[in-house]
Amino acid sequence: MKANGIVLKYGDNVDTDVIIPARYLNSFDAKELASHAMVDIDPTFVERVNPGDIMVAGKNFGCGSSREHAPLALKTAGVSCVIAKSFARIFYRNSINIGFAILECEEAANDIDEGNQVEIDFDTGKIYNLTKNKEYQAQPFPEFLQKMIQANGLVNYVNEKKG
Amino acid sequence: MSMTMTQKILADHAELKEVVAGQLIEAKLDVVMANDITGPMALPIFNQMADKVFDKDKVVLVPDHFTPNKDIKSAENSKAIREFSKNQCLTYHMEQGKCGVEHAILPEMGIVVAGECIIGADSHTCTYGALGAFSTGVGTTDIATGMATGQLWFKVPSAIQFVLKGKLPPYVSGKDVILHIIGRIGVDGALYKSMEFVGEGVKELSMDDRFTICNMAIEAGAKNGIFPVDEQTREYMKKHSTKVFKVYEADEDALYDDVIEIDLSKIVPTVAFPHLPGNAHTMDEINENEKIYIDQVVIGSCTNGRLSDLRKAAAILKGKKVADHVRVMVVPATQKIFVQCIQEGLAEIFVEAGCALNTPSCGPCMGGHMGVMAKGEKCVSTTNRNFVGRMGDTESLIYLASPETAAASAIAGYIADPRKEGK
Repeated sequence: MKANGIVLKYGDNVDTDVIIPARYLNSFDAKELASHAMVDIDPTFVERVNPGDIMVAGKNFGCGSSREHAPLALKTAGVSCVIAKSFARIFYRNSINIGFAILECEEAANDIDEGNQVEIDFDTGKIYNLTKNKEYQAQPFPEFLQKMIQANGLVNYVNEKKG
Repeated sequence: MSMTMTQKILADHAELKEVVAGQLIEAKLDVVMANDITGPMALPIFNQMADKVFDKDKVVLVPDHFTPNKDIKSAENSKAIREFSKNQCLTYHMEQGKCGVEHAILPEMGIVVAGECIIGADSHTCTYGALGAFSTGVGTTDIATGMATGQLWFKVPSAIQFVLKGKLPPYVSGKDVILHIIGRIGVDGALYKSMEFVGEGVKELSMDDRFTICNMAIEAGAKNGIFPVDEQTREYMKKHSTKVFKVYEADEDALYDDVIEIDLSKIVPTVAFPHLPGNAHTMDEINENEKIYIDQVVIGSCTNGRLSDLRKAAAILKGKKVADHVRVMVVPATQKIFVQCIQEGLAEIFVEAGCALNTPSCGPCMGGHMGVMAKGEKCVSTTNRNFVGRMGDTESLIYLASPETAAASAIAGYIADPRKEGK
């Protein structure tokens, strides 16, 4: 599996309240949530994002609320992957559970700039910065999580296990 | 064996003799909780996995975030979990007017006790660690899986040990302790770890203080916060629950990533400035600088809406008036606390002082309803997050503080020191 897109870059501690503010949580319709994604931190995001774009951010991405609406909003808005220095633990779980790609890579998070074109090879965890002609190695997922990702999320994993 | 308290609970629930940090396990769940935001979203996912919940005594759905329902969509969401609870014959029927804010009502009704493994589709589920349980927040797919199977995967966390000593000074409480700690270690200072509180200072903290401290473990990025079980914990559980509980203790040779000593007697009233809970300032610093005038005060929430919190606020507000330019919302966290407020005369103190006394709800904490802020407004709040736009407009500002500081600030009209205002 591969992703290729233009980078939208943010800082440290991007919290779930700015990814999708609580005032929109009276709905869990993915398209509706996506239409408000990032509004409180970047009102231009929804207009700017194109399918396949890659989000790059600092440490503790997705901190705050447990709302799964947050990764769902980003995924549905077209983001193909978030690369960050680190992720808050609930956001990390939620992303894997809904089959939304996230990668931890401090070097990439530091070096990649807004607007760079980036390609990701999820099988190897390699991140290619096509604009800067550079390569970074992300942390690979543990085997258990790879199996879950291959099963396309937790629900399928549980159902497969049930047989 | 050398396991932390959290690791021991997880090992037992995974039916393993021993676990180590980083190990992936599947653990059995004692309580699975969701609310009116995360619950409705979980139902279609649950339906893909099962027809019946794994155990009707162990699944709890609490309508508290957008209740009393603020609009038609939120009414539909509450209806969805109400009907699901009824159709699944869930033991606990939670409804506005009969329950309260999830993390206050579950301990109060004795649904959660020591030694349990608990998940909730709400990040502040870590609150129940105060009872000596492993308890953590998860998302919607996780909660649906928990409801269907009674099990969930976990990565075993390592831990930071906080050794508490001494006794808190007057007008200083659990909120000041946790704001001090987050200020010290940062909002990702305990990322993916347990925060284990030990030491002779533990016995000096009330159960309500412990709930407040564990509640905000997530604000340091922690997977859970946990206190050992002592006489106070046993007393609390005896009063509130008939469930069988189990007491776990960390092994003496348990390994910790870090050991941090906290002298409770040195903690001063602490305020987290916008826009991170880790942006802590002591009242001594604040007193030296220019006054920060405020527009709103919120006293309540799963962090600080318990009876002792409201008693502390009322003691400061008694016979006083809220500043002319400030509006105050007092929100008891459960119906029982609400009644106690009336019986003890706290309700009268609040209303006479000029506070709005609201029905239990999470509303104002996350800018849902009942206390949303306009552009440029400032709020002192006993809640748990001061992120951009959390309580309303993206240009409104939230200062997190204790009930004592919130009450003192309500009277003064600016962020004020409860050690002065309370006298």
